[in-house]
Amino acid sequence: MTREPLVLGIETSCDETGIGIVRGRTLLSNTIASSMDEHARYGGVVPEVAARAHLEALQPAIEAALAEAGVDLDDLDAVAVTSGPGLAGALMVGVGAAKALAVSLGKPLYAVNHLVGHIAADILTGDEVEYPTVALLVSGGHTSLLLVRDLVSDVELLGETMDDAAGEAFDKIARILGLPYPGGPEIDRAAASGDPQAIRFPRGMSRASDMAEHRYDFSFSGLKTAVARWVEQREAAGEPVSVPDVAASFREAVVDVLVTKALDACARHDVPRLLLGGGVIANKRLRDVALERAQAAGVSVRIPPLSLCTDNGAMIAALASELIMSGRPASTLAFGADSTLPVTTIQVEPSS
Amino acid sequence: MILGIDTSLGTAVAVTDVDGAVRAEVASADPLGHAEIIGSLLQQVMTDAAHGPIGATGVPETVTLTHVAAGMGPGPFTGLRVGIAAARAFALGRGIPVVPVRSHDAAALAILLADPFVDVPRFAVVTDARRREFAYTVYDGIDDDGLPRRVTEATLVPRDGIDDALAGHDADRRDVTAIPGAMVALAAARAVAADRVESLGEPLYLRAPDVTLPGARKKVGS
Ligand SMILES: [Zn+2]
Repeated sequence: MTREPLVLGIETSCDETGIGIVRGRTLLSNTIASSMDEHARYGGVVPEVAARAHLEALQPAIEAALAEAGVDLDDLDAVAVTSGPGLAGALMVGVGAAKALAVSLGKPLYAVNHLVGHIAADILTGDEVEYPTVALLVSGGHTSLLLVRDLVSDVELLGETMDDAAGEAFDKIARILGLPYPGGPEIDRAAASGDPQAIRFPRGMSRASDMAEHRYDFSFSGLKTAVARWVEQREAAGEPVSVPDVAASFREAVVDVLVTKALDACARHDVPRLLLGGGVIANKRLRDVALERAQAAGVSVRIPPLSLCTDNGAMIAALASELIMSGRPASTLAFGADSTLPVTTIQVEPSS
Repeated sequence: MILGIDTSLGTAVAVTDVDGAVRAEVASADPLGHAEIIGSLLQQVMTDAAHGPIGATGVPETVTLTHVAAGMGPGPFTGLRVGIAAARAFALGRGIPVVPVRSHDAAALAILLADPFVDVPRFAVVTDARRREFAYTVYDGIDDDGLPRRVTEATLVPRDGIDDALAGHDADRRDVTAIPGAMVALAAARAVAADRVESLGEPLYLRAPDVTLPGARKKVGS
């Protein structure tokens, strides 16, 4: 194997068909076809719609990525694919394609963990990445707090959402406020002129009684209910509802709990580094609050460019590339799509 | 040689010569687990095919494929897509075209070619479509290009309505639980030879995605 392997990564865990090509730690292509528009009228990602879109988008996306990277399939050293976690039917499209591509080309196949992929994305920034780091991964599909001691061998789950992902909460609150999908940018726009302190919405999983078992877990369903109830009560009383104030106060509740728990994890584990990833990192308020409070806490924050934060194939290729460079054997061909793959399983089914 | 892949029921993979001679064929009857097994089956048929037609004992030779045939359903979507995605990716890896094949056509071909001395009366390929429905396609003999003559498109019908539906077409019922990969490859070979490759861009889903449009906001109460 060359020292700097050329890897093509396939990512189909949610609504983005991501094809990435990397050489070692160098990004050559990050091609994304999103089916987000097709989900808009349903107000959320519909798994069957996502899976259908993956099947149609895969081949053109692979071809576009190869063209952008200026490489041929025969040049590849390995194929990589997301095995999980994610939507089962969507993941299966990528797994089927990746296995066939690997057998067709006679190349090794690396099946990897989507969440660890988000962490690996940071490597492609070209900066020297230091471990250990705490990682906060927030998207429409997941909300996870991880402790990364080593990218290819030691990732620990500190906590995750017990119900909705943070991105889903944004979508649901947008709907309550009569705003379109996806909710994140809409809430942001509405919140711009609102007062984040106007309404004190609850911070889920933050009571003293939660600290023993759920210190690093998240919950957004109570918040969603609180916002809905607040809006209903105002409407029932014939009082005006300030959409900007509700949006800003809701967003503040989400951001506060995310940043508080992430920095608490940094302090408790004595790790002065925090990595942010996932599509919700697009939220400027989250980035601003994280940077401001991290600085006060003496924690340095890394935020890869947004195109590497949202779901993408480059991060999958990057993780496989690291596995290859650390001498890991390829996966067997027997793995499947695992919608609940634990984050401790960085690579699935390595051959022995 | 042609690689045939179908995951509309179980998982079936085969390599045939263009005249239909089977080089290698493997299948799993499991109606689930397509994503788990597809890679191993593909690797196995490629290895087997390198050894020549079944029964031959030569040194392995390079398997030069000209097409990949993809069974396009109908079938349960989640599994069906695995085979189509695999077919497209495999073809991309070899730089060869994909030939979409209606999975019922392959099953019909198997029925029609089973005994060359028997005239098969009009029949329907009937497969499980889940949700208490069957999918059926009616066929009537074989045409000059060696392809099954399709009388109806693939159609969904409630399970207890299948016999009435077929009586209306005067068709025998042939329940099919496996689509042979070799027949997918042969149907593709014959379609290519006759310049009758269909441009089936999408799988034969027959159903719209199962979604409910968001209605009015639900009250949470106070
Ligand atoms: Zn993600």
